Amino acid sequence: MIRFDEVTKVYRGNARPALNAVDLEILAGEFVFLVGASGSGKSSFLRLVLKEERPSSGQIHVLGQDLGRISSRKVPYFRRNLGVVFQDFRLLPNKTVFDNVAFTLQVIGKSKGFIHEAVPDALATVGLDGKGGRFPHELSGGEQQRVAIARAVVNKPSILLADEPTGNLDPATSDGIMTLLQRINANGTTVVMATHDVGIVDRLQRRVVELIGGRIVRDERGGSYTQTVPIVRAPSPFGPAEVTP
Amino acid sequence: MRLGLVLSEVGQGLRRNLSMVVSVVLVTFISLTFVGTAILLQSQITQMKTYWYDRAQVAVYFCTDFTTAGSCDQQAATDDQIAAVEAQLQSATLAPFIDAYYFEDQELAFQNFQDQFAGNAIASLVTPELMTEAFWVNLVDPEQSQILSDALAGLAGVESVVDQRSYLDQIFAILNASSLTAVGIAALMLVAAALLIATTIRLSAFSRRRELGIMRLVGASNRFIQTPFVLEGVVAALLGSLLAGGAVIGIVHFFVQGYLTQTLPGTSFVTIDDALLVAPVLLAAGVLLAALASNVAISRYLRV
Repeated sequence: MIRFDEVTKVYRGNARPALNAVDLEILAGEFVFLVGASGSGKSSFLRLVLKEERPSSGQIHVLGQDLGRISSRKVPYFRRNLGVVFQDFRLLPNKTVFDNVAFTLQVIGKSKGFIHEAVPDALATVGLDGKGGRFPHELSGGEQQRVAIARAVVNKPSILLADEPTGNLDPATSDGIMTLLQRINANGTTVVMATHDVGIVDRLQRRVVELIGGRIVRDERGGSYTQTVPIVRAPSPFGPAEVTP
Repeated sequence: MRLGLVLSEVGQGLRRNLSMVVSVVLVTFISLTFVGTAILLQSQITQMKTYWYDRAQVAVYFCTDFTTAGSCDQQAATDDQIAAVEAQLQSATLAPFIDAYYFEDQELAFQNFQDQFAGNAIASLVTPELMTEAFWVNLVDPEQSQILSDALAGLAGVESVVDQRSYLDQIFAILNASSLTAVGIAALMLVAAALLIATTIRLSAFSRRRELGIMRLVGASNRFIQTPFVLEGVVAALLGSLLAGGAVIGIVHFFVQGYLTQTLPGTSFVTIDDALLVAPVLLAAGVLLAALASNVAISRYLRV
């Protein structure tokens, strides 16, 4: 589904790579948490999957396509298979909930008939039945994030990328969002979620990929936010092998 | 449905940026009016050239008692010398190039001079003896005056062979310079118009950057994203070009046909037909310019 081969990303004017020789494979139907401090490369990872950035070296395959070989003209069509959710929702404030979700389908040229079927469907999935006529500012944060999720899944993407979707929400609301994401995952959509939320990661016991300084330091199935198994890192030239508890 | 969406985006963009759109309209209007004027001025010059060059004659001036130019030595040309020149004009070598010619003696030249400068103080100072005798020659092809001057300029008693077109050339040079000036101003204004369109489109894209971001995220095709912006620029420039086309037609109708033709009845001027030919050129130029400028301006929002 998503495969990174030795992917390194260096941003211009920054000597330290955002991602450093990352090898990772995510299979269809998986639910993966990307954890790590700010600046550890989680967002870079998601941007690379979206082909918003090019890797400095290495290869990325998403949905069987080599991203290095997709012409920039084809990128929009590739992105139609991906759904994205952000911490800050990114809704259009001057459009109603219905129109926010419908906008996605309009701009990729779907018919009016399709839109009028798919949008209420997606709103029902996220539990916003009957709120299609509201404007984003009339909704709570959790509800706004649900609109954003509805927008991300309305086109039935194979992969849902979520960049700290609960970052702005209180724990109770976050739980609701996580239930929703798990339901979407149960329906066959691969979910990759970058997060800082210890409670959520620990509770869900899904696959956890931890990044530090652009390197994968842990890839654990059924893991928690903090590692449960000690990891022996390669010996550094400056001292003996360190063992992290 | 997609078309409706695109058009409503265009309408929104135009309303949101009204002041910028108005300035684009005005700048394209002015610049294209200059372009149109330059084109018409060029065609006016061409028309006047054909008209006047056909009427231009070649003068073969003879020496007088006062001239030292050419082969003259303050000796008036003798009758024999004049006859020799006339023989040349009638000879088999020159005759085929000559349509008609006549001799202007001092009396006739004096009469013409008096007519031409009637009321001018200089008319009373001139006596017939000061006048230059000349053959006035109409050529079959006015371009070939060089043949005449080659054949006659060296003959005894001939002061000079002058093609009147050399006087006209000065006038045309002035007209040409003004038309080139118009082209130069037009070029500068067009650059300004292109930059202004690009800025307007950037501004419009900036005010819609949220939508653009989401469009890119959910996979709207580049063409779909850029079309409303390109159309926005094109609509504004089209309004400007329409005004410019109207202005050019107006100038020809009211100034050239209404005023110049009345004032200078002997000259042929550009007509409304010429202006009607220029107007579509202006429209096309305006639309093309706007499409290019907005395309370039929006392209950086499409980079992936």
